Amino acid sequence: MAVELDVFVGNTTIMDEEVYQLWLDGYTVNDAVKVRMEGGVLDECEASADVLLSDTMDQYRTFQMCERLLHSPAKLANQLLFQIPPHRQTVLIERYYAFDDAFVREVLGKKLSKGTKKDLDDISAKTGVTLKSCRRQFDNFKRVFKVVEELKGPLVENIRQHFLLSDKLARDYAAIVFFTNNRFETGKRKLQYLTFQDFAFCAGQLINNWTVGAVDNMVEDMDVDLDKEFLQELKELKILITDKDLLDQHKSLVCTALRGKTKAFNEMEANFKNLSRGLVNIAAKLTNTKDVRDFFIDLVEKFIEPCRSDRWTAADMKLYLTHYTNSAHILDTFKHQVVWDRYMGVIKSCIFKMYHD
Amino acid sequence: MPGKLKAKIVAGRHLPVMDRASDLTDAFVEVKFGNTTFKTDVCHKSLNPQWNSEWFKFEVDDEDLQDEPLQITVLDHDTYSANDAIGKVYIDIDPLLCTEAASVISGWFPIYDTIHGIRGEINVLVKVELFNDLNRFRQSSCGVKFFCTTSIPRCYRAAMVHGFVEELVVNEDPEYQWIDRIRTPRASNEARQRLISLMSGELQRKIGLKVLEMGGNAVVGYLQCFDLEGESGLVVRAIGTACTLDKVSSGSAPNTNTHVHPNTAPASNACNSPSKDGKEPVFGEDLPSSSGPPTPFRALPTSSSSPPPFSPSKPCSRQSSSSDTDLSLTPKTVEPKPVRCRPGIFLCPSSPTLSTDTLSLPGSGSVGCGHGLSSAPRATTPPPPSSIHSDCALLRKSVSFTEDLLLAASGMGSGGSAGKEAGPLKTLLRQHTQTALEQREFPFFTLTSFPPGFLVHVGGVVSARSVKLLDRIHNPDEPETRDAWWEEIRQEIKSHAKALGCHAVVGYSESTSICEEVCILSASGTAAILNPRYMREGCLDIGSTDHRFEDPSPPSCGFCHIPYDELNMPFPAQLTYCYHCRRQKVPDVLFTTIDLPSEAAVTGKGCLIQARLCRLKKKAQGEVNATAISNLLPFMEYELHTQLMNKLKLRNMNALFGLHIQISVGENMLLGLASATGVYLTALPAPGGIQIAGKTPGDLSNEHHILTIQKRINDTIAKNKELYQINPPELTEEGLGSPIPEPRQRSRLFRSHSESSDELSELDLSHGKKDAFVLEIDDTDAVEDIHSLLTDAPPPTGFYSCNTEIMPGIYNWTSGIQMFTSVRVFRLSNANLTNQGLNKIFTDLCENLLKSFYFKLRSMIPCCLCHLNFTVAVPEEELIQVAVTAVAMTFDKDQAQEKPAEKPINKGSSENEEQLQFPLELCADVSSANTQPSSKVSGTVSLLTPAAKLCQNQLVMIHLPGVPESTNVSSRAASVDYGSFADRCSTWLELLRLKAHTIRRGSVKTSRRTQSLAHSVSSLERCSPLPEGRSRSLRSSRSFGGSSVTVVKMTPLSFLPGIRIIKYLGIINMFFIRETTSLREEGGVSGFLHSFIAEVFAMVRAHVAALGGNAVVSYSMKECVLMENPNKNQAQCLINVSGDAVICVRETDQEPTASMTNIGQTCCSANDGAT
Repeated sequence: MAVELDVFVGNTTIMDEEVYQLWLDGYTVNDAVKVRMEGGVLDECEASADVLLSDTMDQYRTFQMCERLLHSPAKLANQLLFQIPPHRQTVLIERYYAFDDAFVREVLGKKLSKGTKKDLDDISAKTGVTLKSCRRQFDNFKRVFKVVEELKGPLVENIRQHFLLSDKLARDYAAIVFFTNNRFETGKRKLQYLTFQDFAFCAGQLINNWTVGAVDNMVEDMDVDLDKEFLQELKELKILITDKDLLDQHKSLVCTALRGKTKAFNEMEANFKNLSRGLVNIAAKLTNTKDVRDFFIDLVEKFIEPCRSDRWTAADMKLYLTHYTNSAHILDTFKHQVVWDRYMGVIKSCIFKMYHD
Repeated sequence: MPGKLKAKIVAGRHLPVMDRASDLTDAFVEVKFGNTTFKTDVCHKSLNPQWNSEWFKFEVDDEDLQDEPLQITVLDHDTYSANDAIGKVYIDIDPLLCTEAASVISGWFPIYDTIHGIRGEINVLVKVELFNDLNRFRQSSCGVKFFCTTSIPRCYRAAMVHGFVEELVVNEDPEYQWIDRIRTPRASNEARQRLISLMSGELQRKIGLKVLEMGGNAVVGYLQCFDLEGESGLVVRAIGTACTLDKVSSGSAPNTNTHVHPNTAPASNACNSPSKDGKEPVFGEDLPSSSGPPTPFRALPTSSSSPPPFSPSKPCSRQSSSSDTDLSLTPKTVEPKPVRCRPGIFLCPSSPTLSTDTLSLPGSGSVGCGHGLSSAPRATTPPPPSSIHSDCALLRKSVSFTEDLLLAASGMGSGGSAGKEAGPLKTLLRQHTQTALEQREFPFFTLTSFPPGFLVHVGGVVSARSVKLLDRIHNPDEPETRDAWWEEIRQEIKSHAKALGCHAVVGYSESTSICEEVCILSASGTAAILNPRYMREGCLDIGSTDHRFEDPSPPSCGFCHIPYDELNMPFPAQLTYCYHCRRQKVPDVLFTTIDLPSEAAVTGKGCLIQARLCRLKKKAQGEVNATAISNLLPFMEYELHTQLMNKLKLRNMNALFGLHIQISVGENMLLGLASATGVYLTALPAPGGIQIAGKTPGDLSNEHHILTIQKRINDTIAKNKELYQINPPELTEEGLGSPIPEPRQRSRLFRSHSESSDELSELDLSHGKKDAFVLEIDDTDAVEDIHSLLTDAPPPTGFYSCNTEIMPGIYNWTSGIQMFTSVRVFRLSNANLTNQGLNKIFTDLCENLLKSFYFKLRSMIPCCLCHLNFTVAVPEEELIQVAVTAVAMTFDKDQAQEKPAEKPINKGSSENEEQLQFPLELCADVSSANTQPSSKVSGTVSLLTPAAKLCQNQLVMIHLPGVPESTNVSSRAASVDYGSFADRCSTWLELLRLKAHTIRRGSVKTSRRTQSLAHSVSSLERCSPLPEGRSRSLRSSRSFGGSSVTVVKMTPLSFLPGIRIIKYLGIINMFFIRETTSLREEGGVSGFLHSFIAEVFAMVRAHVAALGGNAVVSYSMKECVLMENPNKNQAQCLINVSGDAVICVRETDQEPTASMTNIGQTCCSANDGAT
């Protein structure tokens, strides 16, 4: 005696958001039923476990059938198979493309290749995200990456239009695409303290200021590739550390401005040359792809860690960087103001974001 | 050459990848109609091809236009090998043939493949230019409108209701042709789909012809069914009600004084019964006799005047083999007396008041030979008492009765002599009044709700079943056998109705259940007295003259009043004076197949009541099998009825509406499912409680047990009262003096396997003041039965459920609706199950389904599941399949209590004054319309209806030589008395003759009847009282979010709450087959069926949207046949759905804005394209 077949189909497709989330999270039907039971749905509705099982199965089937459509969300709106109210379509898509920060941290900047996919079970074990969910997220990244790779125009906008995502989520995907494309190293132990949101913020800064798109918004890959000319120009900044006069002048200007304004003044003064060398060297090396990949680790090693060991506060950091940037404008012999601003603007906001425990 | 069909293929989208190498498709399209095919160019390498083809023009007969679908096939071009089919679209042209319906079909259709399901979509434009053809010999019936809706469609007004139309066509099933062995499953499925599409087109055309012949212009309550008879063929049959409908232009006042008949046919013609034989050329109006009983003989009861329908075409051998035997009840054969006195049911001989009366009753026999009360004493020699008693003993085993029977028995005893005299007189009277209806061959109506004034009294449920052995249909052009079978059943229904003193049957439907070569044909309806004015034009004028007869019975209770003669009650029933008007008599319980009339006064809310039953049977072949089934049927009917009655009492209700009893046959079991909506009709007496009686009063532990059960029952009743808010006003009947000398009778439900009656009479069974309904427990079966009574869980808080269109007692629907279809298949793994065990499984299955619905729809609370339509089947030996289609509708909790003001005006969702389908004048007429029936009533002032239930089972089964052919098993029905039937037939020799016919025909047949009666005077108009402006979040026809997909609402009801239907676009009748050879990959049977049902919905929606509509009303899934073979990883499923495509707007909106203009625009553009 067993229920051999059990289906329920509504003219308007019925979807329970809670079950959807469980499905997305990769729960099996039985586990999902357990979770729901613990959640107390049964008590509200005087239903039995069988009812819950049947309902969960139905919904899982519906989601599986919808999944194909979710891969190209634009289809969801003009497909005929499921009648789903628009607001619900939005929810379906948004949730489907949502990801776990823990998971994304693991794959951020990695090549979205078959090899990486094979390692997903390790990632699953490490992050506690189910393998099924890891696969979905991985596939989502890959799908978005593939689609926008070949498109012209602003990255975020492209993602939003093609996948009908919210602005926030579209930005996150843009960051993922950007990191993946430039293969930024994010997995080193020293970077572990950084969250995805930190990186996403930095990615936003880089996209908006350092890419080709920041200058010309009609080229292919405009938001994905860094502006090569700009990177060349960054070499010019080396003068700030190679020219002894300039370096001293810069230091004195900064120290004058900082004096008395912070407890960490002594450390700042002592470390000025080191820190300045660190930042300028990062800029000068960015023409190398390898060094681009190490951008974040360099920032941490050359700047954030020394400051942290000197116990700068966030406010100290802000103060220092502001004066450090602005003082360069006063240097008479320094001719690369535009490049300097374009560089330091991003560096400043990235470091602010990254300077935490 | 009366039509030009034009089609244009615009574009495709979301096509599947057909070329693996390029991941693209080279698609082109073939457009085929009849034998003409056109092709588009190939659109290379695209999944979203733009063909933008020229207009393909087909010049065709309108006959073909009606029969044939437009076939669109999308293919992938392949240079080197054969082109691969991507999928097909069948478009029914019919809606375009009606000037009032759609004018163009334009939209995206899912491309459907029977193996892969939906594969992309195609945008198509279709138009028809129709030239008028006034040839009276034409075979087409373009322009006749079809509606699935079983009430007069909103935005129309019924000028005249002509009556019953039926037709069937048969063919070989392609699946069973030899060629099927060599063709692919896809080809075979497509052949089948095409054939069925053709057959339904043809059927519709033929029915249309009949309607035209009758002078009508529309078919309402159109019910089309398929019988997949396997080897023996494929039958497509349909019934409906022919009407003349006038369009009510919304916004203008109703046309109050004239009934315009768009058709020129004279009224006399209109009244002819439909031709049985659609193949006969129609010779026009002046030869009505070719198709129906000639008018002059109208006064004769049809049973006697129309023997020809029973063409005794069966082989003589069968006839000779027949003999009268009561197979299941009395082993001994009754001598061939003219009247066989069958033991039937016997009313406890133990109860002293009855003993004498019973003697006059025993003769109540099968339908055919039943003798009425009035005639019985005269003509029948009562069987010797001894035989009665022995019969009683036999009966005990399986039979029990309800109180009606007992009461009626006693009542009849006292009134017997009076009845004798009154009979003939009454007959005369009635014949005078009912001419219009009686001259019809079948005064049947498939409608379930009516124009105000149409329904005068309701008698009760009548039903008939017949078991047939299928054999190959040799000549598809002459489907006489099938016709004759239905003819037989309809005759039976008709005579049942007569026995109830009714001249018509409303809420009529037919169905079949087939297993291997055995087929159960069933028909059921509600016997009623109708206002004849709608039948023929002339009647409309008579009204005023008859005014004096008018009986001012209050409209809200009229239909409850009994239509039959109190003294000649056709069955035992308990009558009381109407609790509403106090003037007429009403039965204590009323069963009907129709919807609750809108004017009926109801106390509290209604609820879904289901009786479920499984009966095992031995596997057998052919005639043995048929006999076994016939023998089981009456017991099943009886059990189901008892269950219904008990559950009704348990809910403290007194009437059932929308009663639908389905009996399904499988190889080793029969399934019975009766669903209805119980209500407490204010006009009917309060039901008594249920009393449990033990068999052995001495046993202490037993007694304790009984007390416990009794307590549980009482608690349940009390709880139900509260749950359904049944608080009838305390009766002051003494004051008004209901002087019915009713003996306090009680019925007992016997469950004993031994005779045990003696102690019973000693028990004090009275339950308060009222008569209690007694259940006796003396064995485990009985205990389980009672337990099962109590296991029906009430719906959770916030939920209500019913199987009628709207829930009695809820009047303020909001606009949230969710239509759904759910299918469950249960595998019985335990080989040796008992009936009890099976029952439990079946009951649990149904209950769990309901629970599932409640759970899934919990977000809609407060809401009501309406039109819960359960279909059961036994697809394989160990499988039970239950399919349900229903709609959940939200309502406003705060105002759920009060019915809005009397007037229907603000009630109906789409119903405001100008939209009333029936002119007010008609309402006024209602009273005069009553005249006739009521004049009869007033003669014997207190004609009161017992809520009687008559159930009569007659089995006539003979195919085996030497096997007794005619079985008359009457379960409780046997106590039935055919008083009024006899009344009506001038002599009962006629009855015998009729009976003789039946026997000679030698078929297996079971008939059953159940009845209850009432008078009805008032308007019956369907509506969902919904004060406007409460609609929340209505999704209109606007497309959303930039998508091009129109939201299409679907509902099994004839209306949408808060929404006004402004135009009917035509009938949707679609048949799909889906097959898979990769069942596991598609998620098993559940996954397979789930996507198939979703696809069917999608295709229905797409067709409606293409017609310019935004909703489907009266949607139903007629067929869902699933065959699986998991071992081979295969499954196949057939689904047939139907409904009416409509355009609707929010009630608050003024006019058809968006959708209408859209259509206009499309038309224009289409025209432009054409030129």
